[in-house]
This record gives sequence, structure tokens and C-alpha cells, in this order.
Amino acid sequence: MLETVWFILIAVLFIGFFFLEGFDFGVGMLTPFLGKTDTERRVVINTIGPFWDGNEVWLITAGGAMFAAFPNWYATLFSGFYMALFLMLLALIGRGVAFEFRSKLESPRWRTTWDWIICIGSLLPALLWGVALANLMRGVPIDASMNYVGSFWDLLSPYSIAAGLSMVLLFLLHGALFLSLKTEGVLRDRARRVAQRIGAWTSAVLLLFVVLSYFETEMFSSQGINPGLVPVLAGMALLSVHFFIKAGRDGWAFIMTGATIVLSTITVFLLMFPNVMISSLNPDWSLTVYNAASNTYTLKVMTIVAATVLPFVLAYQAWTYWVFRKRVTAQDHLDY
Amino acid sequence: MEAVELARLQFGITTIYHFLFVPLSIGLAYLIAFMQTMYVIRDDEKYKRMTKFWGKIFLLNFAVGVVTGIMQEFQFGMNWADFSRYVGAVFGGPLAVEALVSFFMESTFLGIWIFGWDKLPKKIHLACIWLVAVAATLSALWILSANAFMQEPVGFEIVNGRAEMNDFFALLGNKQLWVEFPHVIFGALATGAFFVAGISAYKLLRKQQIEVFRTSFTIAIVVALVSSLLTAFAGHDQAQHLMTSQPMKMAASEGVWNTTEEHAPWTVIASISPEKQENPFQIEIPYLLSVLSYNKLSGSVPGMLELQAQYEAEYGPGDYIPPVRTTFWSFRAMVGAGMLMILLGMLGTYKVLRNRLENSPRYLRWMLPAMALPFIANTAGWIMTEVGRQPWVVFGLQRTEQGVSPLVSSGMVATTLIGFTIVYGLIAAAFIYLVVHTVRQGADVDAPHHKAKSGQAQDSGTAAVL
Repeated sequence: MLETVWFILIAVLFIGFFFLEGFDFGVGMLTPFLGKTDTERRVVINTIGPFWDGNEVWLITAGGAMFAAFPNWYATLFSGFYMALFLMLLALIGRGVAFEFRSKLESPRWRTTWDWIICIGSLLPALLWGVALANLMRGVPIDASMNYVGSFWDLLSPYSIAAGLSMVLLFLLHGALFLSLKTEGVLRDRARRVAQRIGAWTSAVLLLFVVLSYFETEMFSSQGINPGLVPVLAGMALLSVHFFIKAGRDGWAFIMTGATIVLSTITVFLLMFPNVMISSLNPDWSLTVYNAASNTYTLKVMTIVAATVLPFVLAYQAWTYWVFRKRVTAQDHLDY
Repeated sequence: MEAVELARLQFGITTIYHFLFVPLSIGLAYLIAFMQTMYVIRDDEKYKRMTKFWGKIFLLNFAVGVVTGIMQEFQFGMNWADFSRYVGAVFGGPLAVEALVSFFMESTFLGIWIFGWDKLPKKIHLACIWLVAVAATLSALWILSANAFMQEPVGFEIVNGRAEMNDFFALLGNKQLWVEFPHVIFGALATGAFFVAGISAYKLLRKQQIEVFRTSFTIAIVVALVSSLLTAFAGHDQAQHLMTSQPMKMAASEGVWNTTEEHAPWTVIASISPEKQENPFQIEIPYLLSVLSYNKLSGSVPGMLELQAQYEAEYGPGDYIPPVRTTFWSFRAMVGAGMLMILLGMLGTYKVLRNRLENSPRYLRWMLPAMALPFIANTAGWIMTEVGRQPWVVFGLQRTEQGVSPLVSSGMVATTLIGFTIVYGLIAAAFIYLVVHTVRQGADVDAPHHKAKSGQAQDSGTAAVL
């Protein structure tokens, strides 16, 4: 019972991470392309300035929650997807200091270097999370003692790369729409144009990923919970983005990319349950919410802490978005 | 090298690096919160300039601390999978709580503080930096409760071959935590204070923005003195606690091979021979180790050889003596640096009280290299604590080589070790360059913003044409 609660909670943390960090990854990827001048780039970065760090904590918390609630999941996933995680960490490290360092010197070379680190540091985690999710869905070689026996290259396949690309495109779209809500003038026009241009591509690649999932995974036939209409709604939300942009309803378009991210993540977690890591060698060796979990006492304590603290977190994070609700312009005091 | 050695090296390098930035962040957060409080109460622009100047360096430092912290959270799973499986149901708890309770608060309110100067009422903006300081302190509390469990496991039972939490409050009430936490927090305050004092001294020597940096120095030197003294007292408490919880670490840090006589002398320095299990040469002060250990003139201190025999009886055959030289000398480096900090703190406070600070160029020049002292003490202290616990990763429960990820090859660990070391090195270089640049600019200049503003007019002009 509590195992299921924590499975849901970890899903919620990942949903929060993908939804929130999703747009700041998108904004990061777009930084060198959307901003033609230094000031424009600074405006772009400053739209996510007050938020990105708080958004990233959703990932750190998801990691901590996995450690506490499902130590075996945490151990198998992180020691198994070792090199992928290493690359993601380097990307997040570079990107994090880049925001803080880039505008502290005048030198154009200094700033351009950090802008590219922001771009690649946002692209790589998006790509790698897509790859990781595809492998979680398809199953990976895990032995009887819960250890991953494959290599880094086993994680890469046309299927997992399609998942990575969908993630990148979805976050790009999400980020472009966020920018259309947070900027003015030419920047806003450019952001909308990007969103319009990649909207169709996002739908196409995501559809390809779904079709491939049908052949590559056993999720549709055997285990898991039938997600029913959830994936259909995710698809519809994505398709509606195009119309909302055309109608000039950027806010709705942003909500719809958000809905696509949330509903797709829910679908993945529903299909996986009760597995958390599927063994491609022997179904009996898969990690489930039961054999990967902590003891009941630990889960109980953690549930009390999470139930007490999470409402406050949501409240003050929402307050941040309220405080910085205005569009960022070149006339503002740009801190980054 | 074997994977376990590389994994230990990686943990050591990344953790020491991370912990150069963390205490400075905690210390600066409180100092800045105090400066901003003075600004809000007195409405004196001087304090605003101070807050903004130290705030710039604080943010550079905080950024590095945060990103290297992500690595810390994940590396248990990457390199220490069997450790994670074995103690995750206890050890993972405080880490998850830390993220939920502290990281969210810290990073969210820091974001508001950076960007909220003109957007929020003064008092609410001030509250944000206090929340950051409190959250950073809570973060230390949770991390240290996890570390305290590794030093002195409590609140658990062994079920199905792993440790499972059975008393959360025992974990939080761990005696080890409550001797460790004050020591670390006061040490962090001292780190921030010596940093501010050192840079202020540099600016005073150059006679730049005297008003701002004299006040900065005054605040910092008082905090430096008080926190260095409190760190020493808390450290003394911790050492006494060690006598009962980890006597082997204590014996190694003092170079005591054989259980001492009733009046234990303290070894100032010694040449240590781990092969012969003796100290061929040592300088001793009579009675002092008894005083340090028990606050009285008598009381024998158990030696490593006796403890080794005792542990063999308890845990089976094996080598239970940690690397003695490292433990012994890191302890002395920490204590030596701490003593110097107290001396410099007293001297500086005296000079400030006598209003003689700016006439003491020699003292001001000393304060520059003195900035390194807290960093040396912090690092040496952690080396002593963690190396002195060996061969255990969790004392009495799991040996370090049992905790490593079984299928992560030494080549993989070596690759990430090299990767992280290079990236961390580059970041350190950029960080130092930016701090020096910020210090040179001083407290009056708000350069990037002014420049950006003049550039903005042109840009928005071109934007309008486009």
C-alpha cells in the first residue's frame, strides 16, 4: 500500500520536474538561437532566472525519494545507467554555473562560451532522460541480484533515441511557448515562430515513439495498468497546441504542452506499475515496487514528512511565479 | 587501481571540493542577512552596498555549491550501490527530507532574493535571505544526521540482511549528530567571517571604499572570533564523545598505540611507523590527553593495539586500524589552523576596539592568507573523520569495500573521476577569476548592470527597426 503511495509520489516528483524544468531546458536550448544580441540573450536567460534552480530541486528530490523509498531502484538505476548519468550530471553542473557566471564579465567570447554551455547543458539532460525512460519501458539486462549487466551503448537504440528526440522537441516547444509568455516584441515573435515551426515535428516524432513502443515494449500487452484515455488526451493536447498558437492564445498553448508532458509521464508510470525496472533477461528478476522498497516504518515516516512539507513547497513556488509574473524586457534590471 | 579505491578517491575529491563552497555559503548567508537587516533597520545606504557586494560573491559561490551538490546526491547510487541497498532504508531518509525541507526552500527563496530587490517590499525581501540561511543550516542538519549514522548507527534494526529504520527520532537525536552539527555550523560561520575579513583587509590596505570595508571587517572579525572559539569548544565536545563511540579513531588521531597510563600525556608531534606499530619519535605534554579526553588530570586512553584485539573478538579477523598518519596529521592541521584563527580573531577584535585597524598594515596583510585557514581546518577535519572511520563505511555494520557498486568497472570509475576532476578544475579557475574581478571592482561599481543598460538602449533601438 505505502509502496504504491511512494510510486505515485515519485511519479509526481518526475512530473513536476519534467513540467517545470522542461520549459527552462527549452529556454536554455533556445538561448543562443533566439537571442541575436547580448541583451536579447540576457532577456531570454532572465525569464527563467528566478525559477530554474527551484525547478531542478524536483529532480534532486525525486532522487532522494527513490533512495529513501526504493533503495534498490536507486542503486540499480544509478549504477546501471552510469555513464548516461555522468553525462547528465556534467551537463547540469555546467549549465548551473553558466547562468551565474555568464554576465559577470564583459568579454563576448566568455559570454558566448557560457551560452553554448547553457544550450548543450539543457539539451543533453532532456535527450538522456528520454533515452532513460525508453529503456525503463522496454527493459534492460538486469541479473538475479538486481545489477545492470549491460553497457552504456546498450542503452542507445533507434527506439531510445526516438524517445530522447521526442523529449528534446517537447521541451523546446514548451520553452518556446514559455518565452512567448515572458517576453515582448521581436523576441516574442521569434519564440512564437519557433513554436509554430517545431509543433508539427514534435507531434510526428512523438507519434513515431508511440508506434515504436508498440513493437519494442511489452507494455501494451502484459503488465501494468491500462492507461485508458490518458495517452489519447496527451496526443490531443499536443495537437491542439498548433491551433492555440494560430489563434494567439499562447497561454493555452503553453498549458497544452504542459498537459502533454504531464499526461505522457502518467502514461509511462501507469504502464510500468508495479515494475520500476524491467529485466529483459528474466521477468522474475525485474525490480518492482515491492522488492525494491524500504520497510514500512521508513515509508510511513517519509509519507508524513512529504504530506506535511509538499503543500508548503507548492505554495511558495507558486508565489515565486506570481512575484515574477511580468514579462521580462531589455529595460528591466537584468540580474543574469 | 581497484574500483573501490577509485570510487573512494572520487568521493573524497568531489566531497572535499563541494565542502569548500558549502561552509562559505552558510557563513556568508548569515553575514549578508545581518548586513541587510542593518540596512532595513537603519536605512543606511552603506549597508545596502555591503549587502550587494558580498551578495555577488555569495551567489558565485552558492552556484558552485549547488551544482556540485547534485553530484553528491547521485554518487551513492553510482559508485556505492551495495551501500545504498544495505542502508538506503535508513540513510536515504535524511537525504530525501533534506531535499524536501531544505533544498526547495533554499533555492526558491534564493531565486526570489536575487531577482526581487525592486519587486518586493524591503522586509519581505529581507525575510528571503534569512530563509535561505535557515534552509542552508537545516540542510546541514539533515546531511549530518545521515553522516552521524555512518559514524554511530542508531535507530535501525537488521532485517533480511539490510538496515531498516525503526526509530526516526533516534536518528535525529543521535548524540554524534549533536556534537557534529554545532562544530560544522560554527566552522561555517568562521569560514564566511574570515573570508569577509580577509577581502575587507585587502580593500583597506588599498584604501578603497574604506567606509564599507571597515564596517564589513568589524562585523566579520567579531563573528570570526566568536565562531572560532565556539568551533573549538564544540570540537572538544565531539572529541570527548569519540572516546566512547569510536575510540579507535581517537587513538589513531592521537597516535596512541598502547593504552596509556593513568595520566595520559598528549603527543604534540610524532613520527609514526604503522609497520612497526609504534612512534619512533614523539614530543609529549604530560597529563594533557587525560584533560582533553575527560576534563581531568587522570584517565587512561585506550590504544590502537588493544582496540584491534577487542574488535577482532567482536567483528572477526581483519585490520581495524585506520591509516594512522593521515588521521594523526589531519587532526593536527585542523587544530593548528583553528588555534591560529582564534589568535587572529582576538588580535583583530582588539585592534578594532582600539580603533587601530587601519594603522596595522602588517596585521591586515596577514588576514589575506588567513582566509585559507578555515578551508584547511574544514578539509582536514573531514579527512580525519572519514579516514579515521576506516575500514568501516558504516561503523560496525559495513566495511568500505563491501559498499561499492559490484558491476561498475574501475575503467568507468576512472573515466568519471577524470571527467569530474577536469570540469571541477575549470569551474574553480573561472570562479576564482570572477571573485578576484568582483573584488577589484569593489562595492561602488555595479558594472554589468550599468553597461547592460547603456547597451540596452541601442539593442531595443535595433529591435524596433527589426
